[in-house]
Amino acid sequence: MSELTVNIGPQHPGSGHFRLIVKLDGDKIVEVIPDPGYVHRGDEKVSEYKNYIQNIPHFERPAILDASNMLFPYVHAVEDLMKLEVPVRGQYIRVIMAELNRIISHLYYFAIYGIFVGHSTMFMWPVADREHFIDLAQMISGQRVGFAFLLPGGVRNDIPEAVKERANEACNYFEKRLIEYERIFMNNPIFEKRAKGMGILSKEDAIKLGVVGPTLRASGVKSDIRKDEPYAVYDKLDFDIPVSKDGDSWARAWIHIEEMRQSMSIIKQALKDIPSGPVKLNLRGQIRPPPGETFSRAESSRGAVSFYLISNGGMTPYRLRMITPSFRNLRAISHITKGLLLADLPPAFWSLDYWPVEADR
Amino acid sequence: MSEIRTFPDFLKRLSIILGALVLLIIIIFGVLIYTIPAVSNFNDILLESIGNPIVMLDYLDSLGVGINSLFFKIAVFPGYTWAALIAAEVIWFERKFLAKMQLRVGPLYAGVIGGILQPIADVAKLIFKEMISPGKSDKLIFYSVPLLINAVGASLLAVLPVSDGWLIMRSDVSMLIVFAVIGFVPISVLLAGWASNSKFPFVGALRGLHQMIAFEVSMLIAALSVVLLSGSLDLVNIVQAQSSVWFIVLMPIGAVVFFITLLAELERIPFDLPEAESEIVMGYLTEYSSMAFGNIQLGTYIRFYALSGIFTTLFLGGWHGPQFLPAGFEIVNQVEWFTLKTLLVMVIIIILRGVNPRFRIDQLLRFGWSRLLVLAFLNLFIALLILEMNWFPFSGGI
Repeated sequence: MSELTVNIGPQHPGSGHFRLIVKLDGDKIVEVIPDPGYVHRGDEKVSEYKNYIQNIPHFERPAILDASNMLFPYVHAVEDLMKLEVPVRGQYIRVIMAELNRIISHLYYFAIYGIFVGHSTMFMWPVADREHFIDLAQMISGQRVGFAFLLPGGVRNDIPEAVKERANEACNYFEKRLIEYERIFMNNPIFEKRAKGMGILSKEDAIKLGVVGPTLRASGVKSDIRKDEPYAVYDKLDFDIPVSKDGDSWARAWIHIEEMRQSMSIIKQALKDIPSGPVKLNLRGQIRPPPGETFSRAESSRGAVSFYLISNGGMTPYRLRMITPSFRNLRAISHITKGLLLADLPPAFWSLDYWPVEADR
Repeated sequence: MSEIRTFPDFLKRLSIILGALVLLIIIIFGVLIYTIPAVSNFNDILLESIGNPIVMLDYLDSLGVGINSLFFKIAVFPGYTWAALIAAEVIWFERKFLAKMQLRVGPLYAGVIGGILQPIADVAKLIFKEMISPGKSDKLIFYSVPLLINAVGASLLAVLPVSDGWLIMRSDVSMLIVFAVIGFVPISVLLAGWASNSKFPFVGALRGLHQMIAFEVSMLIAALSVVLLSGSLDLVNIVQAQSSVWFIVLMPIGAVVFFITLLAELERIPFDLPEAESEIVMGYLTEYSSMAFGNIQLGTYIRFYALSGIFTTLFLGGWHGPQFLPAGFEIVNQVEWFTLKTLLVMVIIIILRGVNPRFRIDQLLRFGWSRLLVLAFLNLFIALLILEMNWFPFSGGI
């Protein structure tokens, strides 16, 4: 039987802003060639024409769900060049925002997973529960999606007193909900049939392909920048890195559930331990790093995001390179979908949490 | 007439059309009433029946369209209007119930209680929409499929025994009629996909065909065991055979098999592969719009009601249930029990939609041909055992 080539995306309901060129033998996938680049915006070049403050909302845009985590390496790079010492309270608030963002992003991942396996409740519940954490982030930053909250030298404002109580409420509620999620979604026999043993990425292949984040940890590699190169106050907080040995779609979904649990424990600890004091340095808007180069990275909800910043002492970055986790996970799509059936393609590639805007930059 | 620009203009146009319609009806009926001798005393009877409604009923009976007539049964009560009303309210209930399960509010504005008039609003919307068909489609087949699907659902109502005294048709082989009618469903789905001449509908139609054929065999065998125990192909006899014990107690495996095949036959989640939206958009419904789509949905939900009724008849004891109305109201009591049980089956099917994702086509076919068929034969064996050992008092009751 001859091979059939099918284009899935960018207008197909089961794809994101990218195209998959799928070669089929009957219903079986012979090869998948991802074709990204539909939402390329030249973020690196654009950042050379914006000053360091204007770049804050700019660098959130590639992964707007994950705004604070995307800003982490950027503010670290600028602080590194300017040799700034950020107040400890500011660092705690950064961690709280980053972990809130991780939960918000993981819940969105879960919701779309539900759409791709045809489970409408699995879409509605995470979206409804996500609202609690978005409200919390709104209380802290005043925004619901693009927070623009992390600045070089601290965070934009102090957190209100009521956040502590609300965060504990939301976390206690959501911990109970996570148990329900596991019982209703993860252990559903049909969901297990659709996800277990699908799209297996072995430990060796995962390292060879250079995937990062939850995808790497689901394949059995214990790698997390928060533990490996602790930044902000992550070394003072007690949390685990969930690792699974299976490396299939189900394991990747399970890793996301466990990470939400760890994030909530981090938020609770951070709110308990947070010291008083200022939240930012008073730079009077004068952010102009001296000439030099620096590299920084942080663990976003999709994996390691890295920034390489070169400054010539001007108002704007001389050159900025950003390496995003989705682009590194993109290569795994063609690897894990080989030999699957066409109906398994959307849930399999979504289990990598591939975010086209972030990959195209 | 001037161009419609504002909402008052639209209302004016609408009132002119409606006024013309009313005038036309008055003229036609006026001519009919005063020309046909049989109905020429209609005016007198109309006036008389304001004080005494029985007069009107007797008069309608004399014309052959009264409450006891076949026409009334087919058109109104156990027949089409009743089923369509149930279908409309089940659509509303499904949306509301799923919304509650999913932490939403669901329909809210149309109607007094929780948007109960939402189906009517939807139908009004669908009627006013433009009917679009793909350029290369086979128009005749494309537009006849909605009627075919509607007719298939409605023909099942003919043999549905809502009570022992009040049913449209009693036949010695009503069970065979049911399966003959169900056999038309895959054909209508294939026709819809074929006539659309578009890729997603065609894939959806083929999936529907595979799925329905895979599950129909198990469905027939599960129903066959019921026939063996009751000793009759007549649905009324089957219900009467369950007066002491329901068949779901005797053959739980058969009931489960029949229920699962029912889900596949109705394309409900987890077997809604012909309409899997993340893979093939809307399946064979993709190209349908306006009232053609509305008719397909209505037909599907009428079939949903009718097949749930068949499940009630075969396994849940049909109309049997404690009598709680005074003597003389036996038929009302029976209809109530039948409707309650049928609605219960429908609610369970709706709950399953809220908690399950969908199967993949190869998993579904493997499940259908290897697991379900084996279970159906096992159930047939159990039925034969019960029959042979004479455990069931009614067996062989022809």
